[in-house]
Amino acid sequence: MPDFQIKKTAKDYDVCIVGSGAGGGMAAYVLANAGIKVVLLEAGPLYDPAKNVTQLKWPWESPRRGASTPLRHFGDFDAAYGGWELDGEPYTHKDGTKFDWFRSRMLGGRTNHWGRISLRFGPKDFKRRSIDGLGDDWPISYEDVAPYYDKIDQLIGVFGSKENLPNDPDSIFLPPPKPRLHELFIKEAGGKLNIPVIPSRLSILTKPINKDRGACFYCSQCNRGCTVYGDFSSSSVLVKPALNTGNVDVIPNAMAREVITDTQGKATGISFVNKDDMQEYTVNAKVVMLAASACESARLLLNSKSSLFPNGLGNSSGVVGKYLHDSTGASMGGILPKLIGRKRYNEDGVGGMHVYTPWWLDNKKLDFARGYHIEYYGGMGMPGYGFGFGMQGTNGKYPGRDGTQKEAGGYGASLKDDYRYFYGATFGMSGRGEAIAREDNYCEIDPTTVDKFGIPVLRFHYKWSDQEVKQAKHMKETFAEIIDTMGGVVTWGKSSAENDYGLEAPGRIIHEVGTTRMGSDPKKSVVNKFNQAHDCKNLFVVDGGPFVSQADKNPTWTILALSMRASEFIIDELKKQNI
Amino acid sequence: MDRRKYLKTLAVGSLGASALIACEPGTKETPKAPASFTIDRTKEELIREAKLVSETFFDEHEMKTISILTDIIIPKDGTSGSATDAKVPDFIEFIVKDMPRHQTPMRGGLKWLDIHCLKRFNADFASCSSSQQIEMVDNIAYPEKAKPELQQGVAFFNLMRDLTACGFFHQ
Repeated sequence: MPDFQIKKTAKDYDVCIVGSGAGGGMAAYVLANAGIKVVLLEAGPLYDPAKNVTQLKWPWESPRRGASTPLRHFGDFDAAYGGWELDGEPYTHKDGTKFDWFRSRMLGGRTNHWGRISLRFGPKDFKRRSIDGLGDDWPISYEDVAPYYDKIDQLIGVFGSKENLPNDPDSIFLPPPKPRLHELFIKEAGGKLNIPVIPSRLSILTKPINKDRGACFYCSQCNRGCTVYGDFSSSSVLVKPALNTGNVDVIPNAMAREVITDTQGKATGISFVNKDDMQEYTVNAKVVMLAASACESARLLLNSKSSLFPNGLGNSSGVVGKYLHDSTGASMGGILPKLIGRKRYNEDGVGGMHVYTPWWLDNKKLDFARGYHIEYYGGMGMPGYGFGFGMQGTNGKYPGRDGTQKEAGGYGASLKDDYRYFYGATFGMSGRGEAIAREDNYCEIDPTTVDKFGIPVLRFHYKWSDQEVKQAKHMKETFAEIIDTMGGVVTWGKSSAENDYGLEAPGRIIHEVGTTRMGSDPKKSVVNKFNQAHDCKNLFVVDGGPFVSQADKNPTWTILALSMRASEFIIDELKKQNI
Repeated sequence: MDRRKYLKTLAVGSLGASALIACEPGTKETPKAPASFTIDRTKEELIREAKLVSETFFDEHEMKTISILTDIIIPKDGTSGSATDAKVPDFIEFIVKDMPRHQTPMRGGLKWLDIHCLKRFNADFASCSSSQQIEMVDNIAYPEKAKPELQQGVAFFNLMRDLTACGFFHQ
């Protein structure tokens, strides 16, 4: 038997935060700037986009030309480590259902991989049950969160345009970039179809906002992390300045095992395994904040069992893990013949779309309850792995450079020229919609399986309902209509009822929320309106877990706002010695 | 994050924290990378990269055939060199090791091609004359007019075309 003892970190802290993504990074930032002593546990390595660089690297600097690997699922140049499967850290499924779980264990977490789409929830998004009778209302309203959205807009920076839409509130915007050619054609088609196509809303600095971060220089590579910190990631925009206060210690490669509680039921700290030496540690703090991601935080709570909390900490309601919901997703793409053989010029922009479509219809007139937004992509980008694939499906369909129709496929000088000729004429679009939070979509502890650290793993049970399938059908019909109106030809993404209209498996959109939901009734919810556990006053959850419903928006901006709000509440409560 | 800053903030004189610093990645022995990487690589990635380049998949004959095919697909023109000029065969050797799903279609496809040429020209593809090679390629390079009995060859050539173009237009 090797020497086995639990080592205690000598220093005690005011607050221990588990996870350094959007929720944890924001909490560390707010608390540290208020002079509170914070320890931030991160399950992966340190990461700094200015030092761990993939930005502005040529395709050949990756031996696989940027393709995906099991260790970096979104490709060799993507900033995010990890993927749908992690070695030695399984998760399982119940009743043959499907849920895919993306995990990125690194400083900044999954903020290192996202489109920087930074949308406020609207007034209706907090009160869906009152509108359509499905799910539940939040215990807070837009007015409660709006001041925090304002602060985050100014702290982090977001571009967009003032539109005065009823349920897509404007932020305090930096100027948006201009639409590019394929986006202008999309906008034109939207105009004919009464589908709004407006400037996108991304947390990318089109103008400098402080001396620590540079402005965007339009390399189109936000997914690689930004060496000048021109876009938002928690590591560069929140954790780094938090560390500069001198009030934060980061412990990397610290995989949290349990929340420790005392005999009175108060949280006293976290026990964790250090992945480097595989030794057990504990760290003590007056307040514990979980920000490990919706499912990982639920797992931690469920694994924190004691005689006082036999069902897991914070789970007297039995609700921890339930109401799990991810955004819906469906996509379609095509080729726009009028873009073939066009002039070459630098078409790079910000790392993502310059225009998007917010939800524009009235669900009362439709056969599904919730909406979706549309993201667009296309044009002349840097080739990556997969460039040129399937040319036999394109070069026989359209006249070539000399105006004659060729036989599909081929080889030689003429084929070589086809790759150049058709480059930059493809485009696509994806819908991201709101799913309904349901009690029977959940994650729970698998009774028989542990990971390589001996921590019991999650088992998922998730099924889409008719609501989501009908929404995907509507997406596909809309996409086909837009592509047709543009004068384009659909080349991929056609689908039918047999495959649920191409609706992505739950989890694939990486917007999973709802597992520690917020509410006023401790019997039906895990945390109160300040993200504070009903059962444990010095325990908070500040990731996507507390979301009652996810809206047809990306969750990050709301995670940030609620984490800031909860952190200010903690500062106040610590001052009053209430916790 | 500034690494020194990080060490400084953590060096608060605590025993536990000191123990953690000692185990922070980077202080451990880093595995030997196959080549110097100019892009960010984690410790796990470096181990995987080293393993991939230590393996060989295609034999000499297969590599010769691949080289001929890639130059037929992407020849030199007024703008740029040929596929072999851009070391596309090396890319293909690497990518089938990186993505094992390509291994059987590639190995089997090359074999299919050789057997087909043996029957028809009494020589494997690489040993055929240039005109015989082109005659063979003409039969499998056009999916919509290829004979039904040659569809396996068409599938192989589609894969060759994809990997050749992908490898070439990144150099």
